[in-house]
Amino acid sequence: MILSFFYNLGRFVNLFRLMLSKPERVSMYWKETVRQMNDIGIGSLMIIGLIALFIGAVAAMQFAYQLGNTFVPMYYTGYVVRDMTIMELAPTITCLVLAGKVGSNIAAELGGMRQNEQIDALEIMGVNTASYLIAPKLVAALVVIPLLVAISAFVSIIGGFLAVVPTGMITESEYVLGLRLFFVPYTVFMMFVKSIVFAFIVAALPAYQGYYVKGGSIELGKASTNAVVYCDIAILLADYIIALMMT
Amino acid sequence: MIRAVNIKKSFDGVEVLKGISTIFEKGKTNLIIGRSGAGKTVFLKLLVTLMQPTEGEIWYGDVNVTNLNKRQLIDLRKDIGMLFQGSALFDSLTVEENIRFPLDMFTRKTKKEKQERVDEMIEVVNLEGSNDKYPGEISGGMQKRVGIARSIVLNPKYLFCDEPNSGLDPKTSLVIDELIQTITRENQITTIINTHDMNSVMEIGEKINLLHMGKLAWVGNKDEVVENENELLQNFIFASPFLQRLRKQALGK
Repeated sequence: MILSFFYNLGRFVNLFRLMLSKPERVSMYWKETVRQMNDIGIGSLMIIGLIALFIGAVAAMQFAYQLGNTFVPMYYTGYVVRDMTIMELAPTITCLVLAGKVGSNIAAELGGMRQNEQIDALEIMGVNTASYLIAPKLVAALVVIPLLVAISAFVSIIGGFLAVVPTGMITESEYVLGLRLFFVPYTVFMMFVKSIVFAFIVAALPAYQGYYVKGGSIELGKASTNAVVYCDIAILLADYIIALMMT
Repeated sequence: MIRAVNIKKSFDGVEVLKGISTIFEKGKTNLIIGRSGAGKTVFLKLLVTLMQPTEGEIWYGDVNVTNLNKRQLIDLRKDIGMLFQGSALFDSLTVEENIRFPLDMFTRKTKKEKQERVDEMIEVVNLEGSNDKYPGEISGGMQKRVGIARSIVLNPKYLFCDEPNSGLDPKTSLVIDELIQTITRENQITTIINTHDMNSVMEIGEKINLLHMGKLAWVGNKDEVVENENELLQNFIFASPFLQRLRKQALGK
């Protein structure tokens, strides 16, 4: 188990060392990066927006309900939804969802390419496959995922508003007052730190799993599943460490 | 010309290739044949530098490729074209984009020059009208032709084909064989084909290497196949009773 961990860690580091070498043709890498940005960003916008909307709505509704019979002012609903979303829910839930959607896709794409000999074909042409196939995915994820997280946070706060204001649980001015109360910009910085670290995890771990697939469809399925499971564990672990270091 | 000198390859202590020495000649279609498990694919992967031999040397002309570093290998591979068994086309690219890929990646040609070269290749492999189709939208035979076009678009010195006729009907197989042979002769490249297809052996086998249990069992050409009495060769080429009868008729027995 320990030996296997260090074996995989060594191979992972070596893969990234190869990935960092000079590109054969920058324009080809750029083209691939834009394609990946589109796949990860536009392709995930709908699901991320939907999940964020409902998370914000449920969080606001449940918090407003709990405040119903207390002396705590109702405008705290906006405050709690804002901070909870920015600091935790938007980066973590978004990236856990992306681990399932994007992570499994990356592992399956690279694994399929390995099995169909497309990676061998690129190697024979003289292409540095670690760099050409993984670097664009990583760059795209590092650019697009923080943006998705920011959109998710915004939509979540809107979701909270839509759940509690039109239904009359609290007034519009109370919700907005809560949103503006005790705002610390540092929480936004923390959100972006988390999203960048999670973006690396979401792209890098599945790429590693897919790139080294051996065998047939069962192994490809396993690699795809492992990619999601390891990503989820790594995201939660990283979330805890970042929270520990930054709060 | 490619030379293999006493090539041995082991996996986990099991010796798959047991000292193969042979020469693959320039401008000829060189075949590697043999039963399943004979070591053909491993031998081809060693020749194409996707694997390293446990022992022995592989020479491309005057260059020993068994000792090259990563950078030297990348440079060498620009002279290599390879047609894979499953064609290995890039799913997200069209026929035209697949063929243009090596040009985009490794040349500084203008857009017009690249397009001219792609059109020329499409004409050579007879795929006019399929430019914008994706690999999933064309037949297996057409995919092979796209694979051939992509592998020769940079004018390689060495062409490797792994089971080019697998999964194709006899007529399409003939078309692919003729195409490979024509390209080999016209461009004077060293072509190595790994095949099971007996039609290929009899049609384009200018130099045939028969592998048996990791050893080179016979070397010859298509004109020697019928008359040669090598038992391993006859058991492999004329495996069915029907083919055996044909051989006897051909020999006048």
